[in-house]
Amino acid sequence: MTENAQLHDLVGRGYQHGFVTDIESETLPPGLDENVVRTISRIKREPMFLTEWRLQAFRHWLSLREPTWAHVRAEPIDYQSISYYSAPKVKTDGPKSLDEVDPRLLETYEKLGVPLHERARLAGVAVDAVFDSVSVATTFKDRLEKAGVIFCSFSDAVQKHPELLEQYLGSVVPLTDNFYACLNSAVFSDGSFVYIPKGVRCPMELSTYFRINAAKTGQFERTLIVADQGSHVSYLEGCTAPMRDENQLHAAVVELVAMDDAEIKYSTVQNWYPGDENGVGGIYNFVTKRGECRGRNSRISWTQVETGSAITWKYPGCVLRGENSVGEFYSVALANHCQQADTGTKMIHIGANTRSTIVSKGISAGRGQNTYRGLVKILSTAQGARNFTQCDSLLMGDRCGAHTFPYVEVKNPTAIVEHEASTSRISEDQLFYCLQRGISEEDAVNMIVNGFCKSVFKELPMEFAVEAQNLLAVSLEGAVG
Amino acid sequence: MTEIQAMLSIKDLRTTVGSRKVLDGLSLQVSAGEVHAIMGPNGSGKSTLAFTLAGRPGYDVTGGSVSYCGEDLLSLEPEARAQRGLFLGFQYPVEIPGVNNVYLLKAALNAARKQRGLPEVDALEFLMLVREKMKIMQMDESFLSRGVNEGFSGGEKKRNEILQMLVLEPSLAVLDEADSGLDIDALKVVANGVNALRAPDRAIVLVTHYQRLLDYIKPDRVHVLACGKIIRSGGPELARELEARGYDWLLIEAA
Repeated sequence: MTENAQLHDLVGRGYQHGFVTDIESETLPPGLDENVVRTISRIKREPMFLTEWRLQAFRHWLSLREPTWAHVRAEPIDYQSISYYSAPKVKTDGPKSLDEVDPRLLETYEKLGVPLHERARLAGVAVDAVFDSVSVATTFKDRLEKAGVIFCSFSDAVQKHPELLEQYLGSVVPLTDNFYACLNSAVFSDGSFVYIPKGVRCPMELSTYFRINAAKTGQFERTLIVADQGSHVSYLEGCTAPMRDENQLHAAVVELVAMDDAEIKYSTVQNWYPGDENGVGGIYNFVTKRGECRGRNSRISWTQVETGSAITWKYPGCVLRGENSVGEFYSVALANHCQQADTGTKMIHIGANTRSTIVSKGISAGRGQNTYRGLVKILSTAQGARNFTQCDSLLMGDRCGAHTFPYVEVKNPTAIVEHEASTSRISEDQLFYCLQRGISEEDAVNMIVNGFCKSVFKELPMEFAVEAQNLLAVSLEGAVG
Repeated sequence: MTEIQAMLSIKDLRTTVGSRKVLDGLSLQVSAGEVHAIMGPNGSGKSTLAFTLAGRPGYDVTGGSVSYCGEDLLSLEPEARAQRGLFLGFQYPVEIPGVNNVYLLKAALNAARKQRGLPEVDALEFLMLVREKMKIMQMDESFLSRGVNEGFSGGEKKRNEILQMLVLEPSLAVLDEADSGLDIDALKVVANGVNALRAPDRAIVLVTHYQRLLDYIKPDRVHVLACGKIIRSGGPELARELEARGYDWLLIEAA
């Protein structure tokens, strides 16, 4: 049928990162037991404390069940059919410089719009590229080292800064935190590590680009960012994967620590393969992200644009321990076709005069289901705490859904908590107004949706904001009309 | 004047909204260079005429024809009509939160330019053009950074409609109750803006309830719309007569 052909065309155009890189990989056979955990640890030549930590996590994981409270329907995952480690083959122990990186990998990132050649990079962004289970390249190392900033792959950090890892790893997301975080703690293979020393303002944006390539593998990376007293860092994260009929699991953990007067800004543009228009394939994006404002006057800001994945399950949160600390969460989540998103945040107010802001924009189209789930918890110690939450949903068509589950727990009478919520459709009045000005329906929809998301997009670094807008437009192609 | 020369030629137009017949055999000729006023009591079909010409979904044409610049207007999509220089000034302009005024206006101008085979407008030139027109409409600089009609007062929305018209320079402007809700100073500004658009190659159709707008914009022709058709046409003196005598006498005559 023509209509189907058109749809296929749209979907084909819709996901532009669906190619596979033909590269030889070293992949562990599917399955998970203590041996696999030990093997990963051995490949990475990890110190004893880390091996023990992984094993502790694995043993605890065996006692856990997958959470079922999320508003999503997922095929059960067979954890024994997944391979827990896959790495592109390299001749040496790991690339020392970009010249040693396999040209096909460089080409892959080039195709994704993330050129790793430093001269080709726009000034001001350093990139750590994670391909399947391992980091393949980190750019601008020298310049960052001069500023005292540590920005390297997790594997490098294990070798070079074990004392920092031992101090901070799992200190925000304990290995017992939840099913997926616990699994990650047992089998994580790589990721990024950032340490910003006292008083340093990181001289450029840091960024990690995650790419799943191999089939039947999971991706379990870990990011740890520590901002010491009075330091400042802005960090970007992007993700894509090939189009495949099977569901692939991505279970990452991100931990942020901000000491006194430190500031961390963490931005994500998540564009994992969402599956086709009938919900076949796509990434299960089950991610635990949490930041702790450990010091006074510290600030952690999460901004996320979630357009990809078959299922998104993530709640980037802030533990506001330090007095006067600030937590922010700005989110745009899109669920088109058969995508399901259950996302939101947790703001835990512990210190006095802590403040948090939550702005969530959910867009549902096709048969997409979009859920906002947020917790604002104000403990008895949080004198004068404040929260403002704004939660807006936009519906396109009549087969999609928007759901909101705000949880508020207040144990201190001086706290002020505000919650605003709205659900709307793109109104015919707005659409006709744009048409009458000569603007095509597709452009009009993009314009209106971007307007709806504006308060979140303006939190993104400039380069990412443009990418996010384009991504939204592509993801919504064919959603109306 | 023959029908072939008319920019807009409406013949026996019938429009249904929902299950209600609103336009019931309306005919009207508007030539380039002319200003026509369409007056009439509430519910006579004035706004329906404006929306039908603009192609609003839900306004179903069940009979008649409309030719615009020699083309069959009714066969064109709403955006194609706009790109060919048909502009509708809305009675109730809608708010589009987060979408910048200037952004919308630029997209609109570029859509029309594309239709005419022209390149996109230069950003700086565009801004100068908008500033120049803003001066005519006495609009504040802050307008540039605000969302489309977002938080605008009724008067500001009306001025914004005329501003958009001045920037887009349409061939045919249909202004639906451009004067409603305006105080006398704002009315003068709006009238000024409309007069600035008058040109031998353009036509303007004013849909209005009251004579007072016509004190500032001199129409060439005045039509009375009642029960879905034009029941009387005349010169500017007809508007004054309506102001003095109301519509009832005409309705009785028509019946």
